[in-house]
Amino acid sequence: MEEILNNPYVVPLIFTLLIIALFPLMAGYIVLIERKVLADLQVRLGPMRVGPYGLLQPLADAFKLMLKEDIIPAGADKALFWLAPVVSTFTALSAFAVLPLSDVFYIADVNIGVLFILAVSSIGVLGAILGGWASNSKYSLMGSLRSAAQMVSYEVPLGFALVTALMVAGTLSMQGIVYAQLERGMWGAFENFGLMIVPTVVFLIASVAETARAPFDLPEAESELVAGFHTEYSGFRFALFFLAEYASIFVISGIAVTVFFGGWLRPFPNVEWLAMPLNVAFPLLLFIGIGAGCVYLLRGLILPEQRAVLAGVAGLCFLLGAAFAVPMVNEKIIGLLWFVLKVGVLVYLFIWYRGTFPRLRYDQLMDFGWKWLIPISIGALIVNAVALLVLR
Amino acid sequence: MAEDEKPPEGPQSGSAEPAAPVEQNAPEKPAAPAAEKPAAAAEKPAEKPAPKPAAKKVVKKPAVMETAPWEDELSGRIKGLFGDRIGEPLTYREQDFVVADLDAVEELLAFLRDEEGFDYLVDLTAVDYPKKEKRFEVVWILYSFSKNTRVRVKALVAEGEKAPTASKLYSTSDWAEREVFDMFGIEFEGHPNMTRILMPDEWEGYPLRKDYGLIEQDEGWVRENLNIESAQ
Amino acid sequence: MADTISTAPLPQTDETFLDANEMVLNMGPQHPSTHGVLRVILKLDGEKVLGTECVIGYLHRGVEKIAENRTYQQFGPYVDRMDYVAAVSNGLGYCLAIEKLLDVEIPARAQAVRVALTELNRIASHLLWLGTHALDIGAITPVFLCFREREIILQIFEKYCGARLTTHAFRIGGLQYETYDVFEKDCIDFCDVMLGKIDEYEELLTTNRIWVGRTKGIGILNAADCKDYGVTGPVLRAAGVEWDLRRAQPYSGYENYEFDIPTRETGDTYDRYVVRMEEMRQSVRIIRQAVSDLPSGPIKGKVGKVIKPPPGEAYVSIEAPKGELGYYVVSDGSLNAYRLRVRPPSFVNLGALDKMCRGSLVADVVAIIGTIDIVLGEVDR
Repeated sequence: MEEILNNPYVVPLIFTLLIIALFPLMAGYIVLIERKVLADLQVRLGPMRVGPYGLLQPLADAFKLMLKEDIIPAGADKALFWLAPVVSTFTALSAFAVLPLSDVFYIADVNIGVLFILAVSSIGVLGAILGGWASNSKYSLMGSLRSAAQMVSYEVPLGFALVTALMVAGTLSMQGIVYAQLERGMWGAFENFGLMIVPTVVFLIASVAETARAPFDLPEAESELVAGFHTEYSGFRFALFFLAEYASIFVISGIAVTVFFGGWLRPFPNVEWLAMPLNVAFPLLLFIGIGAGCVYLLRGLILPEQRAVLAGVAGLCFLLGAAFAVPMVNEKIIGLLWFVLKVGVLVYLFIWYRGTFPRLRYDQLMDFGWKWLIPISIGALIVNAVALLVLR
Repeated sequence: MAEDEKPPEGPQSGSAEPAAPVEQNAPEKPAAPAAEKPAAAAEKPAEKPAPKPAAKKVVKKPAVMETAPWEDELSGRIKGLFGDRIGEPLTYREQDFVVADLDAVEELLAFLRDEEGFDYLVDLTAVDYPKKEKRFEVVWILYSFSKNTRVRVKALVAEGEKAPTASKLYSTSDWAEREVFDMFGIEFEGHPNMTRILMPDEWEGYPLRKDYGLIEQDEGWVRENLNIESAQ
Repeated sequence: MADTISTAPLPQTDETFLDANEMVLNMGPQHPSTHGVLRVILKLDGEKVLGTECVIGYLHRGVEKIAENRTYQQFGPYVDRMDYVAAVSNGLGYCLAIEKLLDVEIPARAQAVRVALTELNRIASHLLWLGTHALDIGAITPVFLCFREREIILQIFEKYCGARLTTHAFRIGGLQYETYDVFEKDCIDFCDVMLGKIDEYEELLTTNRIWVGRTKGIGILNAADCKDYGVTGPVLRAAGVEWDLRRAQPYSGYENYEFDIPTRETGDTYDRYVVRMEEMRQSVRIIRQAVSDLPSGPIKGKVGKVIKPPPGEAYVSIEAPKGELGYYVVSDGSLNAYRLRVRPPSFVNLGALDKMCRGSLVADVVAIIGTIDIVLGEVDR
């Protein structure tokens, strides 16, 4: 057993398979979270019927999309039509390879992690272009061109912000950046007398534009181009585009968390006395609380299937809470918990933006990217370099 | 002007309706008023303002609205300028209007817009009187912001005759004239794009004309599209 | 098909439509943002709009022809279906027109209730406009908030006359139904809630950089152009002309109420937004005044069962939420109208779309269509 696990290919392979298997589920549940949070902002309830309080909605959506008729527009380029969602999905998934979900749970720790991520996200643009072109439709083509231009433009400030962060961290490796933050005892966002907050904000804004989310979602603006480059896609192909979008939201939030917000470290990682309350008491209380909440919500349900599912969820939460109480298990999974919590905050921010802001017009979007974000990010790079020199 | 119409018999069934007789194509009995005026029941013809229940033959003449002359500065100026090219300026229910000759309309509208400050063309429409010699009555309703008054200019247009366009004076008339053309078939001379606006482009017939056959239209469509004789 | 923009066909070369300088793009008639079945043909140079042409008539139902074949009372419900978003105003205009022909006086109580319901309907119309306009520009939350308030208004309508949308609330001569017992309380409660909600919408939009960026300077129509195109309503007031038919030619007792007429200067989309928000506040003010002491008395004037106006014609117009809504009725003394012409504000306002859209971008066309506030039922009748 030891020998098998020591083989350098086995553990990464296991993690890879795990992520590929869980990725649709994860993306689906991010969609559900989005629907529920948006509903809350909009004074309504969101999905409530499928499963208790809508908890099984993603499964229903997945089934539906898989069973739909596969429509290919007449005159569409069949090979490219097939290829476009595949490209989008695999680039979104590839970035998972270097994302450190915890100190033990990562697929590979290459020493050029950041570079790999930038490269892969650049390839992701291709998926959008191919989708629009292969659809043989004026609207889709316009949407894909806009989308591509937007993604390419906002990769520049994204890159500059990342460069600033890795300048401070001193390494391109993603795990290395996390360990650097551990060593310095400070999250990347607060380094250099707090000057690093500027690249952090730039990265957060550019990441919203990179994933084509509101307020930068003109490529898929319903009111203008119906759905942009994925107008003509239906059924499983559309499901792939959709999942790719939400997976890339997770990935880019993951990158932000790793580089700027301490990755899988707990808050104040170098303060010893906080280890117990933050690493043990907090998760315990959190999961027991969620479990108790689920039990409380059981009152509102009538159908026995729904009650069973919610009771199962409550049970799982209690189990997880109990798991965190065991020190051996705790040190393995606490990193993952912090990572997921931090990514969750950022994903909530993404959803919040969508519910609040109107859409930027295309020329305003490009203006903002080129005339504001890029100069600011370059300026922040220079300022932070100087500050770094002074500090060290 | 309204007091002339009240019949001497007093109110019937709580109604303040005037007893003005109507132009009838089909026999129709006005309910309460007629029942209480046996003398009037024999009376069909229209009358001028003063109620004259003298015995008249049953002669069908078109009913006329009871207008009063419109006498103020504006009508004086219009009369002065256009004299015999317009009819008598009249008022009904405190709304002034004047019927002009077709060839005077363009000048009259320009005069009203430029000299009198009627800078807003409220509406442009037409009414079909098939019995008249010139069957269409085109109506321009103008409003002046500075004076806060409205004025109507009317002109009679015969079938096949072209009316002058107001699109050089008011941009509103662009679409309004297209609608009049679409519904009545009146063409406007000088309009930049005299095409149908509401009905489909290939439609035949002008719907708001009084002789437009609704039943025939329906039967035609039914025959063409449903392949049955009639849906009536 | 008539094409005023260009009758020249696209060049027959190897160029794709991407290479040609001018592109013709068709928006609608099925389109998420054209507020009904409106087809707009855009002639574009890249993203810039060189000209637009509206193709309307998809919702033409021949209302004016129907009016010639129905009695005046029978035609009452048809009128609601034109501007179905603000049906009560349509009914008010129609009743006022026939009452003018009949020269009948409406009792004070009926007038006050008419004013209250019409102003409620103005708020409802503006709420729907705000929700859909914000949705077109990308803000997906205000529409839900607006519909929440609209729900209260529609419930008041339902309690009063049984219908939420196409209400047929008024009759020729006054009202058909007496107000229900808690009518005044419902209206006052609504007014109390509404001002706070308008502030809520403003918080989301008015100072939002993105909203301002999408609406300022877009679709400018100055006062002279407004008068030339016959554009009325909030569009005219946003261009700086302080003109409201409720003040200029009051009807139904509006002279008894105190309210301001909001105006702005530039006449762009942002100004129209501000004007309509302020109009909602003024409507709340009017409702409060109207409902606070409803005069007692009869609810219908002296109008008989049979309505036969004397031969004559009249043009009566009111300030509908979208502009000047006018009815030109020609009566020949019979039971049916001889000619009933509806002057729809949406139809006339839409005529100015080309002027407003020239030189703007494609994304702005959607915003401009939204800002004119059209309802296709009224455009096409």
